[in-house]
Amino acid sequence: MIIKRPADVRPSEITDEQLYLRRREFIRLAGGAALGAAAVPFAGGWTSPLSAEGQSPLAGIKEKVVTTDEKLNSIEEITGYNNFYEFGLGKDDPQRYAGRMKTSPWKVKIDGHCAKPAEYLIEDLIKPFQLEERIYRLRCVEAWSMVIPWVGIPLSSILKRAEPTGKATFVEFQTLLRPSEMPGQASDSLRWPYQEGLRMDEAMHPLTIAAVGLYGKTLMNQNGAPIRLVVPWKYGFKSIKSIVRIRFVDKMPTTAWSEATPSEYGFYSNVNPEVDHPRWTQARERRIGEFGRRPTQMFNGYGDQVASMYAGMDLKKYY
Amino acid sequence: MKPFVFVLALAPGLWLLFRTLTGRLSANPIEDVTLVTGIWALRLLLVTLAITPLRRLTGWNQIIQYRRMLGLFAFSYATVHLLIYVILDQGLAFEYILPDIVKRPYITAGMTAFVLMIPLAVTSTRGWIRRLGRRWQLLHRLVYVSAIAACLHFLWKVKVMIGEPVYYALILAALLGFRLLWRLRPTSKARQPAQA
Repeated sequence: MIIKRPADVRPSEITDEQLYLRRREFIRLAGGAALGAAAVPFAGGWTSPLSAEGQSPLAGIKEKVVTTDEKLNSIEEITGYNNFYEFGLGKDDPQRYAGRMKTSPWKVKIDGHCAKPAEYLIEDLIKPFQLEERIYRLRCVEAWSMVIPWVGIPLSSILKRAEPTGKATFVEFQTLLRPSEMPGQASDSLRWPYQEGLRMDEAMHPLTIAAVGLYGKTLMNQNGAPIRLVVPWKYGFKSIKSIVRIRFVDKMPTTAWSEATPSEYGFYSNVNPEVDHPRWTQARERRIGEFGRRPTQMFNGYGDQVASMYAGMDLKKYY
Repeated sequence: MKPFVFVLALAPGLWLLFRTLTGRLSANPIEDVTLVTGIWALRLLLVTLAITPLRRLTGWNQIIQYRRMLGLFAFSYATVHLLIYVILDQGLAFEYILPDIVKRPYITAGMTAFVLMIPLAVTSTRGWIRRLGRRWQLLHRLVYVSAIAACLHFLWKVKVMIGEPVYYALILAALLGFRLLWRLRPTSKARQPAQA
């Protein structure tokens, strides 16, 4: 049987995936313009820069590290349900407002206790390394979770290139500070710029990656474009987004959440079903896309690879 | 006018139902329906508590006739909110729900707010008002405690205390503050007895 494609639908008339994903932003932008005939060239004008900036396919992904055979969350779920307080407190705020953030050109400064401090353009930072796909669980401190196919490189590759000295015992990360493009930074919900940190061994751990993509394409802004951390055994807020600075330090860095509420968010923030958030249980979680709740796993299921780093530590004290 | 207020109070629930049935919710629909029903329970509770101040300030006495309906709507939204939490969110896992009610201040506050509304809803009929007489007003002052607990429930739930939960707490403070001032005003005893 021959299935004929209807001749009256040209490929150009089918909504571009990129445009579809950012339809809310698009609708908001297009709202002021006359809809109908006027919207078509307008859409054409926006499609290409958005594709180039937001989601161009990433070439040369060789390695594939799959840590779970669970069902992946859809791109709509991953890009439509986010915590990124720089763009507002609502889960749909990042999708709605993150398009304003300019991610090109993007520089990342690496300094502190290292032999080769430098400021890189994002392209140059990534270029020497092989991209890998990493399928990880992500567990939010709010007791929901997803399974996400990231694309990135081991953070250790980036860090080693800077040649950290013996004094470097912690790594500090900072997100972009640009209130003109990040409306949430006008509010004092957290101290800006958002800051996070890892112990050196955590930062160098092979599971820790600097992600630049998702589902084989570059990250969208709401997911932390153009480069973010992914530390799959820690609560999601440790995986800082839209990084502009990486600093080797000799003291435990302050972090945005532990500074805001020290009794609720510690430096380590390892996923731990036995240590509750003071206000809610961490024993169970909702996998986005599912009803009900499933048990949360120690270290988000990555204990066999990371538990040794915390041997002998009282994880109730170092939450 | 009464049917109009009825439809107005029902509308958020119908709109939510429509969004649910047509797949217009977020990737975490249970969170959405929990949040929306809870917020409307609190909003309608505050509207109910605004009736008396409004009446005193404007002298628009007929407005009192909407108070019971609005209060019952607040109770209905709260009931749906609780049922969603117990059935859809927790899947009737009482081994988790019961410890949570005791251990988690925000859930304790939410349950307190709800439980205190039950006797108020039950005794909202004309028969009960007659039977209880003066004690009815005394009993219905529990709504103040319920509203305070509801505001705390929302405040303690969120990760950063800014925005909506704070606004509701401020509105409640204003509504309760008004009652206090009204009571303390110099001529209050001479003119009319204090009322809930």
